[in-house]
Amino acid sequence: MTALPRVTTADQARADAGFHRALVELLYQAADDDLILAQRGAEWLGLVPHIEEDVAFSSITQDMTGHALALYQLLEELGEGQADHLAYFREPSAYRCAVLAERPNGEGTYLDSPRFDWAYTVVRQYVYQRFKRLRLEAMVKSRYQPLADLAEKMLREQFYHLYHWEVWMKQLTGRTEEAQRRMTEAWTRVLADAPSLSSLGPGEQEILSSGVLPWSLEKPFRQALEESARSYGLPAPNAWTMPEVNGRDGRHSPALPPMLEHMAEVYRIAPAGAW
Amino acid sequence: MSEADLQSRVMAALDEVMDPEIRGLSLVDLGMVERVEVDGGQVRVQLIPTYVGCPALGLMKADVERRLAAVPGVESVTVEFLRKPLWTTDRITPRGRERLKAVGIAPPAGSGPTEHWTPECPYCGSTQVHRENVFGPTSCRSIFYCDACRNPFEAIKPV
Repeated sequence: MTALPRVTTADQARADAGFHRALVELLYQAADDDLILAQRGAEWLGLVPHIEEDVAFSSITQDMTGHALALYQLLEELGEGQADHLAYFREPSAYRCAVLAERPNGEGTYLDSPRFDWAYTVVRQYVYQRFKRLRLEAMVKSRYQPLADLAEKMLREQFYHLYHWEVWMKQLTGRTEEAQRRMTEAWTRVLADAPSLSSLGPGEQEILSSGVLPWSLEKPFRQALEESARSYGLPAPNAWTMPEVNGRDGRHSPALPPMLEHMAEVYRIAPAGAW
Repeated sequence: MSEADLQSRVMAALDEVMDPEIRGLSLVDLGMVERVEVDGGQVRVQLIPTYVGCPALGLMKADVERRLAAVPGVESVTVEFLRKPLWTTDRITPRGRERLKAVGIAPPAGSGPTEHWTPECPYCGSTQVHRENVFGPTSCRSIFYCDACRNPFEAIKPV
């Protein structure tokens, strides 16, 4: 690979149209994944199996929201608009989160008869954090220095997020028959959406050729999932078929629009409010 | 007043700005102050955020601005957060570590994330402790229990 020069400032990035376009695309994907999945996590507040989990899960979702904010701030520097606006005021079709991040936690809503699925939540959060580790490791080698610096810092925090879900994976697999059945079912559902995570969307070629990311994430992610299947006694992932709607191109499942509407409710009432 | 005088007054004032979530611990103790530049009456403070998503950062910035505005000779204050260098737990100063213990929080054993580490109980100094939860009241803290003196305590996570 030719050694392209590092891009150290937002102004330099904006001067190169192709690089800028690819960078913005990747930043939206990563920021939206964290924001939307953190919101799904926040819906569990007060409903998780025990109080220690409430403390841990809400800390993790707070960190994820913070990571999303830091990525939206990079986008702000790149001329995309104000970070809060990017989080709350875009049309659903402008979001680039993977469809896995937006799937509901289960039936009902947290306000009304939540019949949420803990097995699905554990597996989804675990698979996402496993993927996020790989994406952050690649981002550390990004040509865009501000992103590389941020990713290095995020990795240190994200270590504890992934570790938390690994503990749950270990505890819920290979135990009772019911736990195994429910974890296997959740694993199968999450695997069906997993290709949406490592997809870099329609701009994939440009993201890779411009050096915004140094390598494709699909192969290392599939390897990681195969290892996970082995260590937790879950079925190996076989087919790698992109879900019909994957999110990376702005097409989303019906679950996203009402979620965004709910998230932005307070912000819409008082856009000038300070928190 | 010379710039050097003002610089030392500003540093002393920064040492009075406390972490909003851990009272008794200043931003200087935490190792968050990377650089202070004084140009005439204009002061520029560069801070290193502890956690990317720490919700206290906005409060810290406002507290620094307020405290420094009260320093005689200061005309304007700019506070910036840097992306580099990274904040790691070994930036906490020796005095900061003592102050953490004084409020019942075990200082970090080192830096860099790890699955297992053994803090010293801030009350009795024992290492006969076990972890109750990797996460605690804030993202940067875990919850432990001391099997020697039978007190629960918090510990700063190594990052």
